[in-house]
Amino acid sequence: MRHFLNPLDFSVAELDQVLDLAEEIRQDPARFRDVCKGKKIATLFYEPSTRTRLSFEAAMLNLGGSVLGFSSADSSSAAKGESVADTIRIISGYADIAAIRHPKEGAPLVAAQKSWIPVINAGDGGHQHPTQTLTDLFTIRTLKGRLSDLTIGLCGDLKFGRTVHSLIFALSRYTGIRFVLISPEQLRVPDSVRKLGLETKNIPFKEVERLEDVIGELDILYMTRIQKERFFNEDEYIRLKDSYILDAEKMKLAGPDCLVMHPLPRVNEIATEVDDDPRAVYFKQAHFGVYARMALIMTLLGLKGDETAC
Amino acid sequence: MLNVGALENGVVLDHIQAGRAMSIYHDLGLHKLDSCVAIIKNARSNKMGRKDIIKIEGGLDLVDLDVLGFIDHNITVNIIKDGVIVEKRDLTLPKRLTNIIKCKNPRCITSIEQELDHVFEHSEAEGEVYRCIYCGETSPYKYRR
Repeated sequence: MRHFLNPLDFSVAELDQVLDLAEEIRQDPARFRDVCKGKKIATLFYEPSTRTRLSFEAAMLNLGGSVLGFSSADSSSAAKGESVADTIRIISGYADIAAIRHPKEGAPLVAAQKSWIPVINAGDGGHQHPTQTLTDLFTIRTLKGRLSDLTIGLCGDLKFGRTVHSLIFALSRYTGIRFVLISPEQLRVPDSVRKLGLETKNIPFKEVERLEDVIGELDILYMTRIQKERFFNEDEYIRLKDSYILDAEKMKLAGPDCLVMHPLPRVNEIATEVDDDPRAVYFKQAHFGVYARMALIMTLLGLKGDETAC
Repeated sequence: MLNVGALENGVVLDHIQAGRAMSIYHDLGLHKLDSCVAIIKNARSNKMGRKDIIKIEGGLDLVDLDVLGFIDHNITVNIIKDGVIVEKRDLTLPKRLTNIIKCKNPRCITSIEQELDHVFEHSEAEGEVYRCIYCGETSPYKYRR
């Protein structure tokens, strides 16, 4: 039995298979509408989430399956003090697969250790969010046609952003990848990510402070939110804050094929005037997340498109 | 020069960094043993200048080599039988440590699930770094040189 707790749990070949399946589903969703008939996914969300929980539920419903679960710790037995280990033992008898989001890092691993059904990490604190990475990879591959030979700009809070760290590790397994890391000095990628994700793999990268200086050389611009309170001093914030807000002016400096991605929710780091730019793909990216999760559910349940679950 | 009697059967932990024998004595749980244990502090050493030594009467099973390897893999372990060294055991960094160090990350699941073992694994690509298998936090290095 396989779980999906970390994007690196799957080899590049296995990930490619999942992404191939996601593309098949995208091309012909009707072919897959009964694949999970009679199957249930438990969405165990110990903290609020909009896109992730609903996209898991949409994914299972699109596959003909059913959904059960809870959307906050308050409405589960966690409020009575039940452990994650006990909860997953119970849920294992109720559902065929589980997606778990928990504020504590490593909770999905605890669940996987005790579970009799496949467990998907739907986000654990600031640690991992592998289905976001799967979504990001699927979006890039679908819209760019490849996951190799790309210059990827990661912009914003690169220190605390888990999606950014996961994406660096996932993309560093492909050839011809180059990163441009755009952040204030205090919010650069942690040493462990720089060392393990980039330096030991000889992945070319550079670290810069201003988006305007590099946006023209990017194939992908991956934006993340940067919070004022992350800056150590007010002067630094005032000096740099505008650099991390993507607007129509900056988009004029970007190449014609540069894709703008964002894990969402967006606050003000991308001006709404950018939304209509065909290079802005963050809403499409959120939609692609459903196909990626459909493919993942099928893979972990060992199902193929041409057979039904019953 | 102080002379400590030779060990007939037991284990000698040699080349301990000077001043650390007492903490290692406690970390290995040697204070709980019934057998005879000798601690020699600040012994002269050609290699180290000064060193500490611990002599333990009894078998090697009294010493957790994983804990010792984590504390300091430069310590030499000599096994004594009938008054002579019959084996020198090299210490290596253990692959996995269970309930030897505690994860200090307040965001880690180990902070709320009381029954969970605290497990760290050696991150080979990072040298002597250990990471919590749950949250990825690095281990506190209160023991290491």
